[in-house]
Amino acid sequence: MTEKKHNFFSSMEKVTNRPDTVSSAAASRRSFIRVAGAAAVTGGLLTACSTADETSVQPTGSARAAGDVVNLPTGDVGILSFAYVLEQLEAAFYEMVVAKPYMGMTANQKQILTDIGGHEIIHREFFRVAVGNFVPNLTFDFSGIDFNDKGSVLQAAADFELVGVGAYNGAGKYLKSADYLTLAGKIVSVETRHHSIIRELQYPRLDAFAGPTIVTSDTGLHKAYEPTYVLPIAQKFIKETISASALLASVS
Amino acid sequence: MNLQNIFSEIEKVDGEIFDRLAHVSRRGLFSSLTKKTIAVAAPAIMASALNKSYGQALPQGVKDVLNFALALEYLESGFYNTGGNLTMIPTIYKEAFEIIRRHEEVHVKLLRTVLGADAIPMPKFDFTAKGTFPDVFSNFQTFSAVAQTFEDTGVRAYKGQAPNLMVAPAILQVALQIHATEAAHAANVRQLRGQKGWITGGTAAMQGLPAVVNASYAGEENVVQAGANLASLLVGNAALKIPITMDMVTESFDEPLTKDQVLAIVAPFFA
Repeated sequence: MTEKKHNFFSSMEKVTNRPDTVSSAAASRRSFIRVAGAAAVTGGLLTACSTADETSVQPTGSARAAGDVVNLPTGDVGILSFAYVLEQLEAAFYEMVVAKPYMGMTANQKQILTDIGGHEIIHREFFRVAVGNFVPNLTFDFSGIDFNDKGSVLQAAADFELVGVGAYNGAGKYLKSADYLTLAGKIVSVETRHHSIIRELQYPRLDAFAGPTIVTSDTGLHKAYEPTYVLPIAQKFIKETISASALLASVS
Repeated sequence: MNLQNIFSEIEKVDGEIFDRLAHVSRRGLFSSLTKKTIAVAAPAIMASALNKSYGQALPQGVKDVLNFALALEYLESGFYNTGGNLTMIPTIYKEAFEIIRRHEEVHVKLLRTVLGADAIPMPKFDFTAKGTFPDVFSNFQTFSAVAQTFEDTGVRAYKGQAPNLMVAPAILQVALQIHATEAAHAANVRQLRGQKGWITGGTAAMQGLPAVVNASYAGEENVVQAGANLASLLVGNAALKIPITMDMVTESFDEPLTKDQVLAIVAPFFA
């Protein structure tokens, strides 16, 4: 089969050290919502939208701009905030895809992309409830993606999903709470389902959904990316500067 | 064969294991092997690296999880090794089932190598599930339905064990990567059966499957995550750019199964 090169992801993969200590099981059993703060539960959802009718997406909530720095917090909450950044990115992308369907989008493709967009919005809103106090509504720049072109949109979708899968798989070991790990696990398999289906749309009836560029041939492992690999990729689409230095120091 | 007897209970995580983990972390699997090395390492090399990080002494709880995973991979691998060679698979789907078959085979190899002498032997199977699926290897509809059930169940099984691997970060990551591979398989088998790639609701009927496999999907209807009812928060919320449906809420999170739930599901497939 032929396969397009990833159009905006480098092939460099980086590694950070694993945590040196693991908290006690008791400490890791803190309630998800308790960490987040109850205020976020009631306050976050009504400002949930970002406009999807411009290439540069401007949030209607707490607006930020290029040059603003978002410092991710440390520890588990920092990892969740990192996930929230990625889910905001994915959700904003699919909001654009659904608002401006590419030429020739079939009803089946529209249903799939709408479903996926819905899932990413749900993930985003879930993390807003949990860690919305730590990360504002971000501003995105998708100007490198031709939303009229099926190939460009599907390749971007596949790339976003693959980075999401790898990000969750690579960050899981840094979580100290078993409850958060389970939650990350509940999400990562759905991201993988998305990736598998997008790849099928791109290259139907081949092994593209799990071929050797996706899953290692001799061990059967899907992607795992360190946060240090994922953040620069995500940063290309985010106008604010995401700083993970405190987070990375806390888990290394 | 009584599956329950194959597996001992997961040991409670104790102080000794944490001591060992602290030691392991200092030695640092990832300091001596780059991630890329791990990703491309042959099973023997990876298994050796994972084992070495524990000084040849994997915690019993980790061994139990890996043997549980191995039993499921034996099941899947045996299924595709039998079914994958049959002419009933339409040509257009052969490539998909061949890559899935190969993955399950190398999952078995990897887990066996990590476990070494502690690996459970391959059990004997009855893929008709005691007569429930008599035409599983002669009717593609049945074959692909069982394949979907195995893959979706496998995703939920690995997910349920992730917390038990937190004491072994390198092994946890490998398990998460296998978990994702199973999810990639599941989505593909679902779409070739005309189903959505994601699990909608919590019944077999909603996945185009007979009620006999209901247990594989029970709980997937959940809409409450970490105490937040996402259905009441998001369904019908006019502020959202894509209208959120109840189906989407159930689809957006896959739910874990416990070891006991999984063993009950797969028990009929063991001879």
